[in-house]
Amino acid sequence: MRYQRLVLYLLLTSATLAMLAPILIMVSTSLKPMDEIRDGSLFALPQAPTLAAWGKAWGSACIGASCEGLSGQFANSFVIVLPSLFLSVGLGALTGYALSLWRVPYANILFGAILVGLFIPPQVTLYPMIVMIRELGLFGSVPGLVLVHVIWGLAFVTLLFRNFFQSVPQDLLKAARIDGAGFLAIFWYVMLPLSLPVFAVAMILQFTYIWNDFLLGLTFSSPESQPVTVALNNLVGSQFGEQEYNLNMAATMLTALPTVLVYLFSGRLFVRGIAAGAVKG
Amino acid sequence: MMNAQQQPSAVTMPRAESSPAGRRSRLSSSTAARIALIPAALITVVCFYVFVGWTILISMTRSRLLPVYNFVGLDQYKRLFANDRWWTAMENLAIHGTLFILGCTVIGYALAIMLDRITRGESLFRTVFMLPLSMSFIVTGAIWQWLLNPTLGIQDAVRDLGWTDFVFNWIVRPDRAIYTLAIAGIWQQVGLCMALFLAGLRGIDPNIWKATRVDGIPTWRVYTNIITPMLRPVFFSVFVLLSALVLKSFDLVVALTGGGPGFSSDLPARFVVDHILNRQELGLGAAGAFMMLCTIAAVVSPYVYYELRTPRKEA
Repeated sequence: MRYQRLVLYLLLTSATLAMLAPILIMVSTSLKPMDEIRDGSLFALPQAPTLAAWGKAWGSACIGASCEGLSGQFANSFVIVLPSLFLSVGLGALTGYALSLWRVPYANILFGAILVGLFIPPQVTLYPMIVMIRELGLFGSVPGLVLVHVIWGLAFVTLLFRNFFQSVPQDLLKAARIDGAGFLAIFWYVMLPLSLPVFAVAMILQFTYIWNDFLLGLTFSSPESQPVTVALNNLVGSQFGEQEYNLNMAATMLTALPTVLVYLFSGRLFVRGIAAGAVKG
Repeated sequence: MMNAQQQPSAVTMPRAESSPAGRRSRLSSSTAARIALIPAALITVVCFYVFVGWTILISMTRSRLLPVYNFVGLDQYKRLFANDRWWTAMENLAIHGTLFILGCTVIGYALAIMLDRITRGESLFRTVFMLPLSMSFIVTGAIWQWLLNPTLGIQDAVRDLGWTDFVFNWIVRPDRAIYTLAIAGIWQQVGLCMALFLAGLRGIDPNIWKATRVDGIPTWRVYTNIITPMLRPVFFSVFVLLSALVLKSFDLVVALTGGGPGFSSDLPARFVVDHILNRQELGLGAAGAFMMLCTIAAVVSPYVYYELRTPRKEA
């Protein structure tokens, strides 16, 4: 029995190392100067750790013609994520609430229709969406990107909240109605406090998805509203001259940092939601 | 799983049925509920269904840079099926999909079983296994692009350790580049599979374990003959989730190989976006997009059917 447990821990520890190795190598490389990368081994620790590559990635790396680092696009990502986050979670929560607790004609059909939307690959509606955003005069702007994210987040957030509200006893709604509360009052004063954990899950996952988005950012942004994932891909993917790997690694880590922090600090909530959110991919 | 949170509602009476409270407030509240659903209904109908229809329409025209509505029937589909790059992409989807789904499922299940059997340190292991999930595919692609780089990455590092003949240059080989996609993809998503399987294992009735212990059945046989068959719905969910993920796979291939060398590691999702955004072949891209939709529908429709049926049964 004890021998078996030892084997288990050994296996799990090696799996842990295998999963962590790429990240550790990235961090270590981002702290090395270029000649150390060229001459030394991938696995070697930095001899003289320096944050120069991080500074350059943040403020002075050249992406295309401009040499201002990723800081601008990093800020863009926040400017895009925050309104998208609140609007999409708000809309999804309201939709899930109305669908599951109120008697609305064709509620099940509507829910089914939304659920199907969860699986439509974004590529399929990409062109019509471009036309719509352009006709609205929002192409390349932050509001345009926010709108696109709200549309794409709707199905997932609705599903999350609908499943939660489905489990709320109807008596609660009745009691509130006898007290004279209306549709919005019940949502705000009764359901919202009740569903705070679901809200947290939805917020965390939407943050992750919107921050990590690439396709929509690539398609709908302009140089002024470009999110950091698109900028990172341009930086790493540009094949002109010698690649500065320490810079690439630092830029990659920088891009990953916000969602990694959210993940590490939210722990269990992230785990709970990721399963439901996985379908959005 | 999506239906994990769906507990059977304890209420059997019709939802929001009449109460002694004022009739007027109830009426306006029901109206408010309908109004609240307008944005969602609008988005769903227009952005999901009308737009899908629109894309199908475009796929039957000669549209190149801009949509033109001169219908040419299935010409674009004929062009698509005569297009070598498309078939490379489809073949790659099959190779990558199989490896990725198989790898994720097997490794994820193995990790979940191990985590289920240990008593201490579970949350630490779990945190590490799920860490890549929080990163974007672009980040994962950038990390692995570099690790797989023959001159500076793993190949070089292993040669430095003494195996000077060691070769691991798949990413620059047209016949092997597609396999590197599965390596990076599995690294990124294995934590998801692990989490789903772990939840499934935790849902197994402890009495089953007690019974098998009384009967003296070896642990591995309990897993192969009893637990694994019981987890069939979880395997089904994992399969659907990973399939949906693989079909939409765009970011990872862009960041890892850029579809290259040449178009050797191209995927349908990248083919479609490239033709719509860069190549001014709107009609052909739309035809490819519709084929993607058909593929995903084949995998997912049984799942959606199942999801929709469950709540109705409870009501």
